[in-house]
Amino acid sequence: MFNAITITTVQVLDQDEAIAFYVGKLGFAVSNDVDMGFTRWLTVALPHDPERHLLLEVPGPPALSEEVAGQVRDLLTKGALGTACVLTTDDCRKAFEELSAVGVEFTQEPTEQPYGVDATLRDPFGNQIRITQHPTDAA
Amino acid sequence: MRLSATEDANRRLLRARDAIDRHFAESLDVPTLARVALMSPAHFIREFKATFGEPPHRYLQRRRLERAMTLLRDSAASVTDVGLAVGFASTGTFSRTFASIIGVSSSAYRARSRPLPAPGCFVHAWTRPAASSSFGEAAAVTGP
Repeated sequence: MFNAITITTVQVLDQDEAIAFYVGKLGFAVSNDVDMGFTRWLTVALPHDPERHLLLEVPGPPALSEEVAGQVRDLLTKGALGTACVLTTDDCRKAFEELSAVGVEFTQEPTEQPYGVDATLRDPFGNQIRITQHPTDAA
Repeated sequence: MRLSATEDANRRLLRARDAIDRHFAESLDVPTLARVALMSPAHFIREFKATFGEPPHRYLQRRRLERAMTLLRDSAASVTDVGLAVGFASTGTFSRTFASIIGVSSSAYRARSRPLPAPGCFVHAWTRPAASSSFGEAAAVTGP
């Protein structure tokens, strides 16, 4: 019935700052940046996974009332909207060192887990992102 | 970006909470965490509780216990080493705190637990001892 998950939404508070972070620091590429009049349609994707997009959306009118948008912003800045995505990497510790060097904030340093090595970072808005390195001998 | 006063405070408090998550095994005190949040200590304690539903010391305690539970489940480290690894100063303090909040001793917890093969952040969030548990009150044991 379905072929793939192609777009998932990540709430952000400023789309230019979102580009600076997701593209400038994490290495995503802008896949769509379209002024639709009523909103800016902005998606990013990893170069190695170009068909899977994150829609970087600012909560607000006309999609949400000012009141509801305020509620979403409150939850986002409390880190309550949860994990935006889990990214896999070939070298979690290297990713941690490189991203820390450019000021990315981590809430968990690389840690051995039963399923590999992972770490957790926080985007500027409050979303959490997980980085996982699976064992090379994974079945 | 433009943040309301509440959103800005939320974000600073989240930074302090993230510092607890990352540095839970170190000796963290309120003045240090308050500086991360750019607040006075008294204001920080009040705002942290208002924003996250519990005071920072309590959050730290539960973070340490959640981490201890993970180590008891997934590693072969001794109970003593687990307590020290998550920041408890003594085995006695760790054992008492664990038993009073989790409701069973750390050894009993280890004996009945099984690895949870889900991403760590998910396991952390859902196996953390409930906020309502307190000293002297047994809480339901989490984990299979």
